[in-house]
Amino acid sequence: MESFLQQLINGISLGSIYALVALGYTMVYGVLRLINFAHGDIYMLGAYFGYYLSRLIQGRTPSHLLDAAVVMFLSMLGCALVGIVMERLAYRPVRRASRLTLLIIAIGVSLLIEYSSQVIFGADPKFFPQLIPETQIHMGGLILTNQQIIVLFTALALMVLLNLFIYRTRTGKAMRAVSFNLDAAKLMGINTDQIIALTFALGSALAAAGGILVSINIPGIDPLMGVMTGLKAFVAAVLGGIGNIFGAVLGGLILGLAEVMVSGYGSSTYRDAIAFLILIAILLFKPSGILGKGQVEKV
Amino acid sequence: MLELKNVSTRYGAISALTDVSFSVAKGEIATLIGSNGAGKSTTLRSIMGLAQPHAGEVLFEGKKINRMPTHRIAALGIALVPEGRAVFANLTVLENLELGGYLQKDSKQLKKDLEHVYVLFPRLKERLLQMAGTLSGGEQQMLAIGRALMAHPRLLLLDEPSLGLAPLVVQAIFDAIAVINKEGTTVLLVEQNANLALRRSQNAYVLETGRITMRGTSTELARDPRVKEAYLGE
Ligand SMILES: Nc1ncnc2c1ncn2[C@@H]1O[C@H](COP(=O)(O)OP(=O)(O)O)[C@@H](O)[C@H]1O
Ligand SMILES: [Mg+2]
Repeated sequence: MESFLQQLINGISLGSIYALVALGYTMVYGVLRLINFAHGDIYMLGAYFGYYLSRLIQGRTPSHLLDAAVVMFLSMLGCALVGIVMERLAYRPVRRASRLTLLIIAIGVSLLIEYSSQVIFGADPKFFPQLIPETQIHMGGLILTNQQIIVLFTALALMVLLNLFIYRTRTGKAMRAVSFNLDAAKLMGINTDQIIALTFALGSALAAAGGILVSINIPGIDPLMGVMTGLKAFVAAVLGGIGNIFGAVLGGLILGLAEVMVSGYGSSTYRDAIAFLILIAILLFKPSGILGKGQVEKV
Repeated sequence: MLELKNVSTRYGAISALTDVSFSVAKGEIATLIGSNGAGKSTTLRSIMGLAQPHAGEVLFEGKKINRMPTHRIAALGIALVPEGRAVFANLTVLENLELGGYLQKDSKQLKKDLEHVYVLFPRLKERLLQMAGTLSGGEQQMLAIGRALMAHPRLLLLDEPSLGLAPLVVQAIFDAIAVINKEGTTVLLVEQNANLALRRSQNAYVLETGRITMRGTSTELARDPRVKEAYLGE
């Protein structure tokens, strides 16, 4: 039982990271009907920005937690800018292009970020500084680390904030309008280009947060670290129903739990396979995902 | 108030409008009639910048508006109620109306505007927290018009407001349009239902395969044998 609880917590923790990254896929898909395959690479950039920022900031603020918060905030800001630039340079000029063109461009952007990162940051893995010294917390028979708890709460807090933004603010309402019907949103006087840029910024910031939170737990970072996580988060978004915010969170949590359970009770060899099994199963049985409705979109 | 000068618009290689010129005077209800595929929606889309004319000019209150982005045209005081209503189905009725007033920063004024819409369409007030997608066709049309009014447009463009609605509902919608016009909003009404449109407007234009073929006062056109034969089924 305790080991099950332990797995449950690990699963939710991992799942919340997938959820953070999946949100970016789903939000961008919502406004542009585009699968931004470079999104996983933004997650990687988030970790790298965090790495360099940590070296500047660590020890300069009154507490470890504040160090981590400043690093995370600045890295999110940096990635938000990268997201905006990416949209402006790569996607806006081809807004009216066919889906295949968009897909090829997205893959191109992804490769561009991955390989220029190898040049700029070096292809070898780097060790993410320990911003928060690990302490173990025993709760009953459970062993948690303070880092796990921080990761989990930060991820959940970000998701709650995003939700408040989307459902409680005027700009969030505009974002939902854009995602439902772009032309009708323009008719309301909404500057849809700005909203689309903002969507990229928010999605990228969340991915950056994911990159940092993961690096706090598992400190090895490398320029291709976004590939697998990006794919899995994409699967999570599709599982929940792409374009649906709650779906992305749900899909992320399910995927995280499934992975942890498979490696905990089965074999860790199959850990990475589970995401793709899930993907095949959704594509076969419910291509619109758990919460998705309407037509099936072919990418 | 609105003037189109030799506007031509195409979709790819398909020409949808050729040399379309007409104008709408302040305070009137003007109508553009024509059969399915004539280019009525394209005309409205060209005014709003949702379609880009490749030739000609669109002037609003003397100002050239073609090539302006749609959201800026909307901000100038033109609202379009699109064909098929295009309400935000996954948002509540209230949120739809609030989006109509997106550019209104003054929350007191926003409240007043909402009240104004409720007076015009009491049915909406009973359904404020319902998802717009769950409304009946007539209610969605009311919502689409109410949403457009939230922006205080000086010019209201309506694309086939009677489409797919029962006669009684159509009556109610057109009565509301008359009230809106009396309150000072200029209206350009696009309709396939020529009979109705000619009775409810002062000036009319006939669009056939992308060209304006007839123009005149609505009473004149309603008596014109060609209009009678082609559009009034007489
Ligand atoms: N998005 C589009 N792409 C290509 N052709 C279009 C598009 N929209 C309309 N058309 C064509 O342009 C012509 C005018 O259409 P439209 O303005 O919708 O007519 P109406 O509103 O009078 O029924 C039609 O021949 C239609 O097939
Ligand atoms: Mg039409």
